[in-house]
Amino acid sequence: MVRFLLRRLTVAILVALTVLTLSFLLTRLSGDLAISIAGPNATQEDVDLIRQAYGLNRPLAQQYLDWLLRAVQGDFGESYFFKDRVANLIAHRLPITMTLGLVGLLMALVVALPLGIIAAVREGSWVDRGVMLVALIGQAMPSFWLGLILMVVLGLNLGWLPISGTGGWEYYVMPGIVLAFSAIPSLMRLTRSGMVEALASDYIRTARAKGLSRLSILVKHGFRNAAIPVVSIAAVQLGFMLGGSIVIETVFAMHGVGYLAWESISKNDFPVVQAVILVLALIYIALTLLADLLNAVLDPRLRTA
Amino acid sequence: MTPLLEVQGLRVTFGTTEAVRGASLSVLKGETHCLVGESGCGKSVTSLAIMGLLARGGRRQAEVLRFAGQEIGGLGERAMSRLRGDRMAMIFQEPMTSLNPAYTVGSQMTEVLRRHRGTPRAQAVDRAAELLGRVGITAPGLRLGQFPHQLSGGLRQRVMIAMALMCDPELLIADEPTTALDVTVQAQILRLLEGLRRDLGLGVLLITHDLGVVARIADRVSVMYAGEVVESAPTAQLFGDPQHPYTRGLLACVPVPGKVKRGDPLGSIPGVVPRIPPGFAGCAFRDRCDHAQPACAGAIPRRAAAPGHEVLCTLQPGWAGRQAA
Repeated sequence: MVRFLLRRLTVAILVALTVLTLSFLLTRLSGDLAISIAGPNATQEDVDLIRQAYGLNRPLAQQYLDWLLRAVQGDFGESYFFKDRVANLIAHRLPITMTLGLVGLLMALVVALPLGIIAAVREGSWVDRGVMLVALIGQAMPSFWLGLILMVVLGLNLGWLPISGTGGWEYYVMPGIVLAFSAIPSLMRLTRSGMVEALASDYIRTARAKGLSRLSILVKHGFRNAAIPVVSIAAVQLGFMLGGSIVIETVFAMHGVGYLAWESISKNDFPVVQAVILVLALIYIALTLLADLLNAVLDPRLRTA
Repeated sequence: MTPLLEVQGLRVTFGTTEAVRGASLSVLKGETHCLVGESGCGKSVTSLAIMGLLARGGRRQAEVLRFAGQEIGGLGERAMSRLRGDRMAMIFQEPMTSLNPAYTVGSQMTEVLRRHRGTPRAQAVDRAAELLGRVGITAPGLRLGQFPHQLSGGLRQRVMIAMALMCDPELLIADEPTTALDVTVQAQILRLLEGLRRDLGLGVLLITHDLGVVARIADRVSVMYAGEVVESAPTAQLFGDPQHPYTRGLLACVPVPGKVKRGDPLGSIPGVVPRIPPGFAGCAFRDRCDHAQPACAGAIPRRAAAPGHEVLCTLQPGWAGRQAA
């Protein structure tokens, strides 16, 4: 178990370093930063001034090392546009994105797991086909479009929920539904196929031969094994939701990290861009690590491997 | 004496395929009854049908399906699940995959007792440890905390047996329990089953294709062919005076040391178990049988060759003896 942990942790750290480097390099690759910050009407002197002020005249390696050393300590510098510390900006906005992602994942799991299990138990029936059809539709529907439809129906016509903005729990419902909808199809399919496989296994026959209750057979013996791949995908989906919140937060005008990323990209605020990429990547890595750990808890064979 | 298990006219169909076509057999308390036959003859399906464990799509019908005097053919899933694991238990051919990989041996064993008897965990653990010892597992305390992947095939089959015994069942159905194990372990498991039958007074229905196993531990043998029990007799009677041509063919396939000389051809039955089309009448073995006659296409009589020795064949009992003379 300790070796398993150490191996996963080493990989996670290496991935984090790679992302750190890439996020630095990619922002530099998009052209001369001093020129794009200064704007189209700037004189050569303005550009030189900016280059001086932001340290862009130093060798690239020195800029990188400097940024790396600060970033590791949680110091991402100052935003060019917001006139605030980047760390502060992210700290204020991250809770909104995290809440949104968790709400979306929770909604997705609440819908996908029971439906996937029911579809597997009634494999081949009209229930199964109906569930799979819903999954297909969900997969085909663009999330911004669903977001707009929800705004029109739930917000404008019925007036049940606020249309956009950041605030109390009611502001999270519609974007949560949209995010959940994007995650439901894959979670549901995976739950279904995992359950179909588990239910056909010899250990389920044993469980039935032991006279266990239907609930115990399905959930304790069946789902426990089917859940292993579902956990991995759920973690990846949460990562997608946090990263993909750029679209949703923009559609619903929620001031989370995704919205911040969109704003800073359009304004060439590259310290913010770099930091947002890094933070999202770190969360993603942490989620993958968490999924590995959960899998090790669920599957004893992984622990001794 | 009422049989512990009585099956008459058992039919199992999967869609239009008839896997079992009116099989009959009975198991007495404290007796080992072997059900033999080649692959695909319906032995396993028969045992699963008795337990109510048929895979999806399997349909069961029986004229009589009685356990300990109670008709269980009409019982629903809930009522059957009360019997299974409690009064009738089953072990399988695949020890490697029959235990749930996600739970410890102890957890899988104790849940049987907790389900059927509501026994507190600590007591259930004691019972599990005791039974692991009974099936010949050393260090039961250690094994209880281990996961299936940490055990060998032989150990897993012992765990399956111990788990089947948790509630002190009256009937144990063992579907080829030694097929997947190597020879020395096979012998150990058979000795174990034999000891349990003797000490606990279990009725055992043992499915096997291995006549060597039958000769060693069976009190009674039923030979199955294409979904029917074609001959049933006490073991010594069956081996000494087999009546059905199929039984004779099966026995001829087993080389007996001392009787077979090196270089002699081994016996074999030409052909394979046929697929029986719906509405098939007559003897299913007739295309492979040396003694087939026109009557074999009609209704086949069930005859008593000797007390307790029944055979499903058009040949008169004693034909084999006369032929030899």
